[in-house]
Amino acid sequence: MASRRALTIALAALPLGFIGLFFVFPVASILVRGLAPHSVLDLSGPVAVLTRPETRDLAWFTFWQAAISTLLTLAIGLPGAFVLARFDFRGRRLLNALVLVPFVLPTVVVGSAFLALIGPNGVIGLRLDHTIWAILAAHVFYNCAVVLRVVGGVWAQLDPRTEEVARVLGASRWGAFREVTWPLLKPAILSASSIVFLFTFTSFGVILILGGYGYATIEVAVYRAAAVLLDLPAAATLALLQLGFLGVLLVVYSRLQATAAVSQRLSTARIAARRPRGRDEWTFVGATVGVLILFLGLPLAALVERALAGTAGYGLSNFSALFGESARGALFVPPIDAIRNSLVFAAAATAICVPLGLLAAALIAYRRGALATGFDALLMLPLGTSAVIVGFGFLVSLGQLPIDLRASPILIPIAHALVALPFVVRATVPLLRSIDGRLRESAAVLGASPARTWRMVDLPMIGRALLVGASFAFAVSLGEFGATLFIVRPDAPTMPIAIFRLLSQPGTLAFGQAMAMATVLMIVTAIAALAFDRLRTTAVGGT
Amino acid sequence: MTPTNRPTVVTIAVVAAVVVIAVAALSGVFTTPNPDAIGTPSPTPTTPPPPTELTLITHDSFAVTPELLAVFESENNATVKVLRAGDAGAMVNQAILTKDNPLADVLYGVDNTFLSRALDAGIFEPYHATGVDSVPAALRLDARERVTPIDYGDVCLNYDKEAFGDADPAPGTLDDLTKPEFRGQLVVEDPGTSSPGLAFMLATIARFGESGEHTWLDYWRDLRANDVAIVSGWEEAYQSTFSGGSGTGDRPLVVSYATSPVAEVFYSDPQPAVAPTAVITDGCFRQVEFAGVLAGARQPELAKKFVDYMLTAVFQADIPLNMFVFPVVPNADVPQVFTDFAVAVPEPLTMAPAQIGANRERWLNEWQAAAR
Repeated sequence: MASRRALTIALAALPLGFIGLFFVFPVASILVRGLAPHSVLDLSGPVAVLTRPETRDLAWFTFWQAAISTLLTLAIGLPGAFVLARFDFRGRRLLNALVLVPFVLPTVVVGSAFLALIGPNGVIGLRLDHTIWAILAAHVFYNCAVVLRVVGGVWAQLDPRTEEVARVLGASRWGAFREVTWPLLKPAILSASSIVFLFTFTSFGVILILGGYGYATIEVAVYRAAAVLLDLPAAATLALLQLGFLGVLLVVYSRLQATAAVSQRLSTARIAARRPRGRDEWTFVGATVGVLILFLGLPLAALVERALAGTAGYGLSNFSALFGESARGALFVPPIDAIRNSLVFAAAATAICVPLGLLAAALIAYRRGALATGFDALLMLPLGTSAVIVGFGFLVSLGQLPIDLRASPILIPIAHALVALPFVVRATVPLLRSIDGRLRESAAVLGASPARTWRMVDLPMIGRALLVGASFAFAVSLGEFGATLFIVRPDAPTMPIAIFRLLSQPGTLAFGQAMAMATVLMIVTAIAALAFDRLRTTAVGGT
Repeated sequence: MTPTNRPTVVTIAVVAAVVVIAVAALSGVFTTPNPDAIGTPSPTPTTPPPPTELTLITHDSFAVTPELLAVFESENNATVKVLRAGDAGAMVNQAILTKDNPLADVLYGVDNTFLSRALDAGIFEPYHATGVDSVPAALRLDARERVTPIDYGDVCLNYDKEAFGDADPAPGTLDDLTKPEFRGQLVVEDPGTSSPGLAFMLATIARFGESGEHTWLDYWRDLRANDVAIVSGWEEAYQSTFSGGSGTGDRPLVVSYATSPVAEVFYSDPQPAVAPTAVITDGCFRQVEFAGVLAGARQPELAKKFVDYMLTAVFQADIPLNMFVFPVVPNADVPQVFTDFAVAVPEPLTMAPAQIGANRERWLNEWQAAAR
């Protein structure tokens, strides 16, 4: 018993220390600073903020738009996950990599792409900007990858023969799915949903750009209080409201998850995918891929179109301007440097995230109970916490450490890792939980040491999950999620920052270069995703 | 399939490789090479003292020709570290939060709309900069000289030249914007999330006032009735909603800057002989950007030298094409494209920073009620 506890502590120490130092401590510091500015807790300000009718509207809108966004993402993502996991067809690999691309694009670029489709002079001819539909469509665009990859990762490893056996035994196709596949997928679906919900719950750029000033989430209100009105008490109150909401949601989530875990023999080999058979299957595959292309491909195509459009017709003029020797770039940093900086930060964030994520996932999967549940929820919180609050929190807390980290470049990959950690954990836990205990027992009976059992039985399985998580960590970092927007950072511009700078200048050349840079970011992401997928098949699941 | 060791080994190797690459690459990024240190070795035996590090905190829009920073560095045996802290508002708040233990020695980029908040928090040390005497008094907004003006610009209405002609001229004043012929033609930024949006709101307050027959809120109700589009930021207003220049939208009137036509010409290839957009000089709001020595700076003397340096002719002349604003020193050399295409605003609207600071939140709330 004592050794088990020691093992638990050892497993927990690193991820817990990381979250404690770089999330709990900073956020607690800034909340205390905001709510008790003179070391005395004064609740009159927070109460005034919380009892405003606007605050109620804000909270309600934040909640329902996130709920609907999550449901829509599932509705479009689940058939996609099924098709990509089960069927083999031309272009599947590429599609699998491309779905990760939206995930990394800065909101200002996505906003621009959506406006090119549904804004003034939109290609589609339907004005949807400044409507809830634009917000929801953009949320689906961003988050589909989460469902496709987290659920798809498990689906691809379910042995389809189990379902076939059920069919042979007389179950209908739907019945076989409901009784056999659904229970096995449920943990992964819950995992993916929780991430999508948190992402859309704290949506910021999409709401501002596509919703216009008529819509605001709590995140937007925190930003306005902190960076426009310079009203820290109000910002802290709203951030606390956001955290409270998330606390409740995470409790509900863990209850659901606790009832959902089932053991099942997952296949390590890629035996699951096969060519579609017959007209119905081809139609289904075609329709699903078509929907994915509509929601994910169209905005990306709009971006590429703008990158290729020059003053003298279509061509590569924007790219040659971006990479050329022209002194007139609005960037003041060689684009190659921006690409290198992005890759370096992404590699660092992934390197921080993957070992911590593995430890955390092992703890959560092997040690159930209140402790593991609480730990799981804690890991999710950074995803749902206002980026301004985290950034400001770093400033007021990290100066008290022996080494002043407040303006260190290491904070950038750390902030990325905070956001990416839930992905790694979420992608790993369902797989760890579903590893059949009997397999482990057989290995032990056959004389394998516990370490060897873990290496032979568990590791190949979680290796795949880890690579799913790692690809997300890499993508989160490449995309510079909000988390780093409010960190004081040294002058090492990344690709998203280069895009911001280019977009903030009038002039067709600057605009074209911004779109060209966005296209480069897309290509880099797609290559990284393909590389991760390739590793996944050769290193872990290879036959 | 029998499990082999190969997958595990490959996985571990890959993870190890990523870690090694990351560590190596990060150490490269984190230790920025100092150009002076790698420079020509001194032939004399007297080794120069190690360079002092000056830290500048600034907003995301700050840009300077790198060679100019290098000149400052070699003249003062210093290295300049630039920290970015988000937009101007976020930067000011971050400087206030770290007042007791400042991150930097000198701050650049606080403007007149956020100035009073920064001054009230006491984050700056007064300093009479060399060269500031030649700056027009209208731009020197702090009598106690805690901040030094560096540049200024005007937030102005821009219009798409193609949309207007002799028969249907562009609006000339703020009042024109509420006329029926300009219905549905204007896009502005939300003052709650955008710096030019806030400046335009302040312009309407300065022009129409808070009392009388037709207050600034009445004006906004009229704009609303005339179908003004309100978007969250400059990029969305100019690039996606405005029809002129690089704009891809369908509205020919936008709140932007007096220098936007210059950028339209400068950032086009080939450069056109005339700008595709033009500026309405009525109803412009003047933004002044300041630098200041931070209280508690580790290198206060070097910080002062840097503020002085920002007012030198060479630095002032470098500002326009980097940030598309005007230098505060009147006789600074301005590039040709600026003299050709920039519009001098004869009488911009202004407002005392203290007045802005005292009323911003109330005005923003009133604006929301009126413009919605």
